Amino acid sequence: MADREERRFAEVPRESVKLVAESAGVELSDDVAALLAEDVCYRLREATQSSSQFMRHAKRRKLTVEDFNRALRWSNVEAICGYGAQDVLPFRSIKEGELFFVEDRDINLVELALATNIPKGCAETMVRVNVSYLDGKGNLEPQGTVPSAVQTLSDDLLKYYQQITRAILGEDPHLMKVALLDLQSNSKMAALLPYFVYVISGVKSVSHDLEQLNRLLHMVKSLIQNPYLYLGSYVRSLVSSVMYCILEPLAASINPLNDHWTLRDYAALLLSHIFWSHGDLVSGLYHQILLSLQKVLSDPVRPLCSHYGAVVGLHALGWKAVERVLYPHLPAYWANLQAVLDDYSVSNAQVKADGHKVYGAILVAVERLLKMKALSLSQPAEGPRGSGAWSPVPLPAMYGELYSFFGDSLAVRFSTGPGLGMAAKDPPPGPAHPDTARKMPQLTANLSLSPPLARSSSSSSSSAQRSRASSSRPGQRAAGPSRDVFPKARFTAPPAGGAAPTFAFLIGGRQMGRRCQGRRPFLTAFAPAAPAPPSLTASVPASSSSALSAAALAAAATAVAPPPAPPLPSLPPRTYAHKLPVIGRVSKPVRRWACSHYSLHLPL
Amino acid sequence: QFILKMAAVQSGQSETEEEKEIQPETSNDGSRTDGRPPAGSPGVPAPSPGAVKPSAPGEEETLRAVLRFLQKNNLSESVEILRREAGLPDEPEDQTGSESSGTGSGGQEAGGGVGDAGSLLSRVSAAPTPAAATVAAPPPPPSKVGAGDDRPDVNVVLSAYSQQGDPVLYDVYYSGLKKFIESVLDCHRAELSQVFYPLFVHMYLELVYNNHEAESKAFFEKFSGDQECYYADDLRILSSLSKKEHMRGNETLLDFRTSKFVLRISRDSYQLLKRHLQERQNNQIWTIIQEHLYIDIFDGMPRSKSQIDAMSGSLAGEAKRDSNKAKVFYGLLKEPEIEVPLDDEDEEVENEEGKPKKKKPKKDSLGNKSKKQDPNAPQQNRIPLPELKDSDKLDKIMNLKEATKRVRLGRDTLPSICFYSFLNAYQGLTAVDFTDDSSLIAGGYADSTVRVWSVTPKKLRRVKSAADLSLIDKESDDVLERIMDEKTASESKILHGHSGPVYGISFSPDRNYLLSCSEDGTVRLWSLQTFTCLVGYKGHNYPVWDTQFSPYGYYFISGGHDRVARLWATDHYQPLRMFAGHLADITCTRFHPNSNYVATGSSDRTIRLWDVLTGNCVRILTGHKGPIHAIAFSPNGKFMASGATDGRVLLWDIGHGIMIGDLKGHTDAIYTLKFSRDGEILASGSMDNTVRLWDAFKAFDELETDDFTATTGHIHLPENSQELLLGTYLTKATPVIHLHFTRRNLLLAAGAYNP
Repeated sequence: MADREERRFAEVPRESVKLVAESAGVELSDDVAALLAEDVCYRLREATQSSSQFMRHAKRRKLTVEDFNRALRWSNVEAICGYGAQDVLPFRSIKEGELFFVEDRDINLVELALATNIPKGCAETMVRVNVSYLDGKGNLEPQGTVPSAVQTLSDDLLKYYQQITRAILGEDPHLMKVALLDLQSNSKMAALLPYFVYVISGVKSVSHDLEQLNRLLHMVKSLIQNPYLYLGSYVRSLVSSVMYCILEPLAASINPLNDHWTLRDYAALLLSHIFWSHGDLVSGLYHQILLSLQKVLSDPVRPLCSHYGAVVGLHALGWKAVERVLYPHLPAYWANLQAVLDDYSVSNAQVKADGHKVYGAILVAVERLLKMKALSLSQPAEGPRGSGAWSPVPLPAMYGELYSFFGDSLAVRFSTGPGLGMAAKDPPPGPAHPDTARKMPQLTANLSLSPPLARSSSSSSSSAQRSRASSSRPGQRAAGPSRDVFPKARFTAPPAGGAAPTFAFLIGGRQMGRRCQGRRPFLTAFAPAAPAPPSLTASVPASSSSALSAAALAAAATAVAPPPAPPLPSLPPRTYAHKLPVIGRVSKPVRRWACSHYSLHLPL
Repeated sequence: QFILKMAAVQSGQSETEEEKEIQPETSNDGSRTDGRPPAGSPGVPAPSPGAVKPSAPGEEETLRAVLRFLQKNNLSESVEILRREAGLPDEPEDQTGSESSGTGSGGQEAGGGVGDAGSLLSRVSAAPTPAAATVAAPPPPPSKVGAGDDRPDVNVVLSAYSQQGDPVLYDVYYSGLKKFIESVLDCHRAELSQVFYPLFVHMYLELVYNNHEAESKAFFEKFSGDQECYYADDLRILSSLSKKEHMRGNETLLDFRTSKFVLRISRDSYQLLKRHLQERQNNQIWTIIQEHLYIDIFDGMPRSKSQIDAMSGSLAGEAKRDSNKAKVFYGLLKEPEIEVPLDDEDEEVENEEGKPKKKKPKKDSLGNKSKKQDPNAPQQNRIPLPELKDSDKLDKIMNLKEATKRVRLGRDTLPSICFYSFLNAYQGLTAVDFTDDSSLIAGGYADSTVRVWSVTPKKLRRVKSAADLSLIDKESDDVLERIMDEKTASESKILHGHSGPVYGISFSPDRNYLLSCSEDGTVRLWSLQTFTCLVGYKGHNYPVWDTQFSPYGYYFISGGHDRVARLWATDHYQPLRMFAGHLADITCTRFHPNSNYVATGSSDRTIRLWDVLTGNCVRILTGHKGPIHAIAFSPNGKFMASGATDGRVLLWDIGHGIMIGDLKGHTDAIYTLKFSRDGEILASGSMDNTVRLWDAFKAFDELETDDFTATTGHIHLPENSQELLLGTYLTKATPVIHLHFTRRNLLLAAGAYNP
């Protein structure tokens, strides 16, 4: 009987008690030790009993050290530390003493603290939903399988993965298009996400091949547009790939014939997409991006193409990013850039060309900064959501300072803006959201601009001139050179590819000017925005939806033509919804009409 | 002294005459029962059980002790007889043969006195146990330990040499009773078998208390196997306890000793048992029955084994029938009248879209339901309820609108199930709750945090800071939108504040607040506008296992390790009611749909229903064989379902206070139960990674409670619980810890996937 009893519970023999007592410097008699041993056993059982309650309420099947310690704590016994490790503790014996002990190694805390290896398995907790059973019957998936996030790849998925990657990275442009479209809409490939992300991180190994880089970026775009994918912390990885394309001095940029500028522009656009649509998945992403952009910008050793990337990146992230990073850094940077631009030696020609690129990019960024800032100041209720915390430089001062850098080339943008904008840009729905509109003109100019163009050119002769000029490539060049900066730009920017970004800048400016407010504030005072008639709010969703259709068109166009014109409207609509209160109150349409009407009488 | 004792015995029995009547018979019958050697003289029946087997050395000791006692009291004749019967040799010391005052063989007082002396003797000799000793004390003993002090002299005298022999008698008594019960008619056997377990426990405890360690172990070994399997958990605790000192701190056993174990036995069976014990003068057992058992005697047919098994299993036996007699107003409160125009407008809009005729009658039926006063409902203002705010009314309208689109579930139309998997929940997910409109989901974690997710595209936003709030235009129409800080929008929010695992969470009905209770002994109220902690309700001091908001908001209930459930109001920092009565931890708490009652489930394996108004316990429901972790009320308030670690779901009729169903199927602890919105389907979620759907409509519809069942509490469970099982749905290796029916009857389940 006693044997059975002993088998049921762990027993602490009296020898152990005596040993422990000895180690504490107490001599125990056998009787006392036996009594103590028995009591210890009982107390252990009692603690185990109550610890199981904690396990039950934690809805677990496994009793943990934590549970046991809780039980001890509630019975006023000190908790036992040091046994919480996940690993199994080695239980050893000493031969001579018939002693068993748990190995307790010393841990070097300093080493532990400085260790660089990041513990695994600390992904963000998340909730995912799936329809398990429809009407209590038809199982969508076999019963009892593990969730898709941890699913091992099925053969089908594997095949899909191979096909998709092959198609995207392969030769056939049509296949690529199909693959990208599927990637954008497939709802069942969540399990493959890590693999695709891994493929995309391959940008670093193909930095010599612009074409491949481009394709990988398209893959990013498809992934972030897929509404069924939860990117989670993979956003970080995607961002780092995209940032690589924006910022790194790619091997492909050595050859001046390679149009890596477009790639950078596109990547910057993607970056802003990711940020606007998925930025909330990773906390602090925005600041990390800003920080790395700033780092590149402030590093004079970096080549100019990296600086260019930083500037377009900042621009893509919105005018506040420009204000926060680029603007304060400009004085320091200007000196370097000026040095490059002023060096007329032949050996420097290429560098100088790059310098002009950067110059142009900065100009565009700064221009929008000023305009947006003006706009935000004129609409204190809506505009400066969150900007109230910091907007230290008053607008006039900012303008003054910038003017000292850019001179008339800045001023002319504001002066010419309205005319251009009025004429060309009104109808295209794209610029519904100015923050993301940077690259859009390229597209709209090509695709959907002609009818409004015709109309506007007939409406006003003077503005027609400009608008026509700006709506076609040659015209743009013609318009640009009138300022001293642009001749340089034209001179340096070699083939057709190089012109594209510049072109974009101009239209970007126009677009701002469309509001009319762009110019007038600088000349006089900022008039508050016209109050929004309620009927107008409705037009915003409409415009965004038409923007989407434009995007579809654009996507079709880009897929055929390799130098891809990134479509602005690829922004998911919810971003607009996000911004709705602001946009609705701005009441664009009315102002637009008012402005255009007004512009007719603008003395140019 | 003798008289005192006799009085005690008699008062305990409270049937003095009967006692006297039976007395003479016993001596005669006693010899018959199971072929024991007949006691020569009716005057000394007591030693007979001990004297049966003189072979055992311990028993011989006892006999000697008895002899000495008799000699000391000059009962020489008795001494002679005893010696002759037992075959003991004369002892040198014994010759003090003085006249026995009365070896009365009849029903005389004197004879009775001696008889009693004899029987008492056996009792006293059984141990100087406090339990036995307390018989001498006035009927309700103040406490065992205290009573042990005023032992009569006899005990002192006898204890010197009786100690060795006594424990063995326990064995004999118990096996004697066992033999008796096994030999009775089948119809009584099941009922009488109920006494085994409490007797066993108390005898064991007495042995332990008196430091008969070896004997207690032997006793346990010998008889623990006979006990019903559902007592295994308690027996395990019991077996680990072998010293008197251990008993002091063990709360489970303290309860066992201080509260009476309740048995329901038919009058016939009871008489049988009583007669047996009396004729055998088995006072040791009789005392235990008197002291520690409450026998609820009913007239009529004895219950069957399955009937008994269904109801037993709790720590303290079944509930007394009286305790379930109070009237419970289980009906629903009248729904407030909501401005119909708004509703109609929507109705019309929908009608334009199609199906214009179908909707009208449906709506009417809904409207009627809420207008009619349920006869079983409590007074509308029985407990004060918060007034409806405008937002609540809007929500009610939404609810009604959704209700019209609700899927009518049934046998043939089972709900679709969506599973919310908590991935990467390394912190250990311990509790989940959904809002009623299924827009938010919250999880409580073992790392003391609470996380709230938005299930809809609408993100969670904080209210702006006070400084920013002062800037906004308070008159504007969209002020509610303007006060939200867009910058803080995110899919989830983490609430920090507890200092121990969060074991229970509950959303307020208006979705503005969240309650969480934790191991740190507090219940916290969080604002879902600012995502900060508003109040910490202290009072439990021990882990709080569960908490829930009232369906009308404002009130909430919490229960935990301190065995007390507390009713709070959000604006009071002290509880409004304390519901005490459970013998072990309160593991789950639920509000009745009409908010007038709360149900608590406990580790003592009972469910209690408490009246919020009076604080009384109005129902005690027994039948579970493990701690109860899930309770759900049917939407009409009439029925209740409960699930326990034993993997069974029990259905209860609240009005009658009886069990009406036992749903077997789960193989592990059940942590969540939920009725569909119309009450046709019951869903249960378990640690065995399944969701099971049960046909609640059938279970309740076929129910006919006749008056007999209602008054006696005898239940007749349908055998076919498998017929009620509509489906078993495996999750992806994920335990189900919460279930929720959306307003349209889509079933949402939640659990943490832990590879």
